[in-house]
Amino acid sequence: MCQRRSGSTKRRQPPVDNIDRAIINTLQGGFPIRERPYAAAAAVIGITEQELIQRIERLIEAQTLSRFGPLFNAEKLGGAVCLCAMEVPADDFDRTAGRVNAFVEVAHNYARDHPFNMWFVLATEYPPDIAEAAARIEEATGYAVHEFPKIDEFYVGLKLDA
Amino acid sequence: MACVIENRLIAAIQDGLPIAPRPYSIIAGQLGLTEQEVIERIQDLIEDGTINRFGVVVHHRPLGFTANAMVVWDIPDDEVDAVGERFASSPGVTLCYRRPRRRPEWPYNLFCMVHGKDRACVRDDVDRLAHSCDMDASYAILFSTRAFKQRGAHYVSAPERIDEATAAASG
Repeated sequence: MCQRRSGSTKRRQPPVDNIDRAIINTLQGGFPIRERPYAAAAAVIGITEQELIQRIERLIEAQTLSRFGPLFNAEKLGGAVCLCAMEVPADDFDRTAGRVNAFVEVAHNYARDHPFNMWFVLATEYPPDIAEAAARIEEATGYAVHEFPKIDEFYVGLKLDA
Repeated sequence: MACVIENRLIAAIQDGLPIAPRPYSIIAGQLGLTEQEVIERIQDLIEDGTINRFGVVVHHRPLGFTANAMVVWDIPDDEVDAVGERFASSPGVTLCYRRPRRRPEWPYNLFCMVHGKDRACVRDDVDRLAHSCDMDASYAILFSTRAFKQRGAHYVSAPERIDEATAAASG
């Protein structure tokens, strides 16, 4: 069976305490859209507005939270996102990662243990820009970009339990 | 005209919400709207599905979710919807998509993200998924070994945007 461990890591981040976890778990589900939203969210968590604001700032600074705000549906905005993969030789991986990450269209990039070892997400304002960005990445790196556009999304109800 | 205002509102909030007691009032000041108008327009964007969700985006690693795998499956096309629905509601699965195969190198058409405290947890979750399939589905677990870049996607241009802090995320 899998053991639940606390969030201690070897990294420089200050530890995430129980109040931080309560904040993350509460806000993953949404954020109030009203005049004093932090005060309303803080009341649910059981802390003051000021403490919530300070803790969110600290969690962002420590990069425990990457963002605080809206997640958009790209297609609804007329934009596009596409998962892409490349097969990159190990000894050229870092150089290639640097070139790929330099593209503003690249939103995430992960190394994964498979012959297709570099996986990144392209996000653009207009759908045709995906193929164009992929072509420019192929040109900049010398490797083929395999596109894996979403066909269907299956709704995941449960969020992570921090 | 509504569309121009909407785009400016989206551009103003796509990097995140101001962290201050009255964030919508700050945005209103930038756009020349009232606080109430900003609140109503954001509610409209949520209602019509332009905004999927409003809240925090977490980095998994600092929270102790150090293992993350993309688990990919070759599921017959006529069964992939049912299997995708089932996987999406299973423990550990944080995203579930159907995507195209790229034969011959890539026979897989169902992609799940599975997050766990360590690789053993992720493997346990994947075993459970595999056992829940009636057929012997072939699959692969692609653990992430490094994260190079993690930021919110930008869909609306705003002048001179810098991605400094979020682009530096690493694992």
